[in-house]
Amino acid sequence: MIALLLRDLRLAVRAGGGFGLGLAFFLIVTVMVPFSVGPESELLARIAPGVLWLGALLSCLLSLDRLLALDWEDGSLDLLATAPLPLEAVVSIKALAHWITTGLPLVLAAPVLGILLNLPLEGFRWVVISLFLGTPALSVIGTFGAALTVGLKRGGLLLSLLVMPLYVPTLIFGAEVARRGAMGMGVETPVLMLAGISAAVIALMPFASAAVLRINLR
Amino acid sequence: MSIWEYANPRKFLHSSERVMPYLWVSSGVLMAVGLIWGFFFTPDDYRQGSTVKIIFLHVPAALMAINAWFMMLVASLIWVIRRHHVSALAAKAAAPVGIVMTLIALATGAIWGQPMWGTWWAWDPRLTSFLVLFLFYLGYIALWEAIDNPDTAADLTAILCLVGTVFAVLSRYAVNFWNQGLHQGASLSLDEKENVADAFSNPLYVCMVGFGLFFLAMVFYRTGTEIRARRIKALLARQRQEA
Repeated sequence: MIALLLRDLRLAVRAGGGFGLGLAFFLIVTVMVPFSVGPESELLARIAPGVLWLGALLSCLLSLDRLLALDWEDGSLDLLATAPLPLEAVVSIKALAHWITTGLPLVLAAPVLGILLNLPLEGFRWVVISLFLGTPALSVIGTFGAALTVGLKRGGLLLSLLVMPLYVPTLIFGAEVARRGAMGMGVETPVLMLAGISAAVIALMPFASAAVLRINLR
Repeated sequence: MSIWEYANPRKFLHSSERVMPYLWVSSGVLMAVGLIWGFFFTPDDYRQGSTVKIIFLHVPAALMAINAWFMMLVASLIWVIRRHHVSALAAKAAAPVGIVMTLIALATGAIWGQPMWGTWWAWDPRLTSFLVLFLFYLGYIALWEAIDNPDTAADLTAILCLVGTVFAVLSRYAVNFWNQGLHQGASLSLDEKENVADAFSNPLYVCMVGFGLFFLAMVFYRTGTEIRARRIKALLARQRQEA
């Protein structure tokens, strides 16, 4: 399992530049927001938590189609399926590698981009915490979507269409944590809900992803 | 005699074709009676005026939108567990009907909301979760269309339907948390005092039954079409092999 994780990480970092791409996209989206809504700092401060969450979600989505497609094309996915490792573990590791290469950098970059959006001081902590709790769920749900569309030649757009509705609960609670945190309100309930969604999704989603992958590999 | 006999496509076609004329006629009559009764023979509401009458389209459509998804869930489960092709095709057949019902509910709701709430759209929990349901239908149909191999498509969409159901329910309660609503609570329920008046609820029940039968007839009809399309495909493939 660790070997697989290291392999995926190495591939992500060294080959094809997929590693920095999500982060760069996050930066670009965030920079575009003031251009589209105007530079008033009050307005930006109010929408900053939501914008950061949306940016994180989109850059997560952007990197999903590479998650399994490359391994599918060169056949290593077939090898992994016949390996002694259960397929559920394989997809979990894939999701973990995706999170480490996209989710975690987003979490770390969010405070920097928060400055650009004039995020209130109290907000920084909760934006980081909510992203830290929420992005694993995004990666795991995204793996399910990637497994669904892995056999399709032009799966990218379809992937977004399938995954976006699944992101709704995570986005609602994650952005709510960040918003309430930024406004200095109590965040306990949404934090617990967000963590609960993440935990449940991490525990259960790999079974669905593996089932879907088995069908696609048939 | 068990219900699984209808998993045989021929038996299904035979029986559904015998039932369908009755379904079409009864659903047509019930819908006509319910709508005409509702539109022309109910009093105007003392506050909402005649706009209240759109309820006779709005509520049955919303009801069927949710139940169509529920039917797809059951059909998908049957396909995943017992692998009856008719069941997978029935789920496929129900999806477009369901999405149209969702659209009708959303559109009539907007038309109703404009004079009543002063806005076509509000990010109210009920409205939002219906929009999310619409997106789920869209993804489901798009996935069916995207995959060539019918068995793979049936398998993948079935699992998407199962997973989607969990997330749709989750979203339904998440949006409650996210925003307070403009939409009224349930208009019809058994244990509540604040039901709509009988003058409105009676034609509404007629409409609901009519819409339900209409949905059933549509699903039978479209499933039959799918079965025939599958047969034609198989025949063509065989012909090509022989030639």
